[in-house]
Amino acid sequence: MSTRRAERQRIRRLTEPEAAPGGVNLPRWFWPSFTLPGIVWLLLFFVLPLYTVIAIAFGTVDPVLRTPIPVWQPWWWTTSHMTEALDKAFGIFSPVYVRTFLYVVVASAISLVLGYAVAYFVARHTSRRKRALLLILLISPFWISYLMRMLAWINLLQPEGYVNEILTFLHITPEPIGWLEGRSITVILGLVYGYIPYMILPLYAFLDRIDQNVLEAGRDLGGSPVSTFFRVTLPLSRPGILASLVIVSLPMFGDYFTNTMLSGSPNTTMIGNLIDDSINTTGQQAEAAVLILILMVILIVPIWYYLRSTAKAAEAR
Amino acid sequence: MSQATAERATAGATDEPRAARRRASWRRNPWRKPRILEAVTWAYLAWSIVPLTVAILISFNDGRSNASIQGGLGFTWWWSDPDSLFKDPELQSAIFQSVRLSVATMLIAVPIGVAFAIGLDRWRGRGSGAANFTMLLSFVMPEIVLGVAMFMVIAFVLTFIPLGTWAQVVGLVTYQVSYPVIIVRARMLAIDKQYEEAAMDLGAPPRATIRRILIPLLSPAIFASFAIVFADSIDDFVTVRYLSGPATSEPLSVKIYNFSRGSPTPAINAAATLLMVATTLVVVLGYLGYRAATRGQRREGVQGLAGQI
Repeated sequence: MSTRRAERQRIRRLTEPEAAPGGVNLPRWFWPSFTLPGIVWLLLFFVLPLYTVIAIAFGTVDPVLRTPIPVWQPWWWTTSHMTEALDKAFGIFSPVYVRTFLYVVVASAISLVLGYAVAYFVARHTSRRKRALLLILLISPFWISYLMRMLAWINLLQPEGYVNEILTFLHITPEPIGWLEGRSITVILGLVYGYIPYMILPLYAFLDRIDQNVLEAGRDLGGSPVSTFFRVTLPLSRPGILASLVIVSLPMFGDYFTNTMLSGSPNTTMIGNLIDDSINTTGQQAEAAVLILILMVILIVPIWYYLRSTAKAAEAR
Repeated sequence: MSQATAERATAGATDEPRAARRRASWRRNPWRKPRILEAVTWAYLAWSIVPLTVAILISFNDGRSNASIQGGLGFTWWWSDPDSLFKDPELQSAIFQSVRLSVATMLIAVPIGVAFAIGLDRWRGRGSGAANFTMLLSFVMPEIVLGVAMFMVIAFVLTFIPLGTWAQVVGLVTYQVSYPVIIVRARMLAIDKQYEEAAMDLGAPPRATIRRILIPLLSPAIFASFAIVFADSIDDFVTVRYLSGPATSEPLSVKIYNFSRGSPTPAINAAATLLMVATTLVVVLGYLGYRAATRGQRREGVQGLAGQI
């Protein structure tokens, strides 16, 4: 692996000489200097904050003010916050972790099935003009805020809202249902509604890129449409499916606002709510830092997958 | 193979019974119209759009309810009622705070991001990989992680930055800076290097080449970045909420979040609708800028823009 990379770099050096045409020799620092403001910004406001979270998670707490004191040196770290949080994670909070997993898995699965169908239709079965219209409609949630979209469901799902009105009018339920009073189904609906646009677009982009000739080959070799789909299209779109699953499940794991807006009940608390509650409480901020670390450990595999696949895609270009 | 030719190929068998023919064409022609998929797609679109339409209509409700329209439509909760969006001093100041934060974020994040993308595209040495990795990591990090981390560093370490507008701008820029980088890098891959080489061959110094060749070629991506960063930061409430100080530093998005859990008046719907109108306007402007900047080039319209997101 490393020798191959070294070889690639050597070839790149040989084929792309540093000297620009026209005899202008740019100094070595010329292009890197463009990234300097960004690098300084990211170091100061991205890397340092992340390290601060670690330093607070393994740090101490001011005995009087109850504010966390970050400990920067790993050799002086204390693990008391960590053990306390892990005790809770396997004790009173374990339903919260299980629930978060369940919600994210169910919501991602629904998003995938529905999103794949929509993306497949738009990529495969539409004329150019219709596709432009459909794409505008599919992109629109990107600039309509998440809050607006949750607010819309708060309006609709209230006891005297339109959903209950229709349900009671059709005699499906005798009395209005309290959708917003701590029901898992409402929170999952909110998650799907909130994050499915982020799934459809990458899936669409991916399906659009699949070579039609491959599908025709599958058909020519005697495959039925169904078997062509399952044996050609679906395997070819696997990387796209995985990438879009990562794209929606990462923010779902850190979501707390869908839950507070559509339920607000402890019956549907997610990990994000634990973090949000403790960050707002003096004396519990160290716990918030630990919870962030736990969340990061859970998410490290999908994040790693995402970074690796984008690196691969960049190399392929 | 286009749909038309495929249909012509199967149209020959006219004397078969219709149902059998349809079944046969279904087997033979995989590019036939899939009615079920089409129905699913339109049902999905209806599901995604109808609730928003209802929410917008409720902002024009004359009654106090935010669940159903009572007593006709009007601008009661936009500007007539003392508690309406444009009359309530709290909401008024929130509007200005929203605009302030997103304009400041846009003006800082886009230049940093564009320069970062240009540098990263050309820099072939050690360190470029790490810079790229860090940038991508900030892109995928769930917002709650970033928001909490920013809050902690500003509240307990960089205490010279007060919580409030400054902290919010810093947080938003960190969260948004990766968008211009990704959009501009995609464009960098698409543009031909020979324009720059020609300019340099004609004796243009590097600076002039960047200013007069590279930046104009990148302008569609830069327009798109401005629009996306503005639209995304005016809607942001996770990072901004953790970094807000006094109540006056809370923008409209945070107010909507805070009020939505009580029993809000339609003024909150009006606020959300206003945000939607603002972002739609900016996105349309960005798109027009994108079109103007790609005039005469081979472009893919909406699909090109969609591909860049």
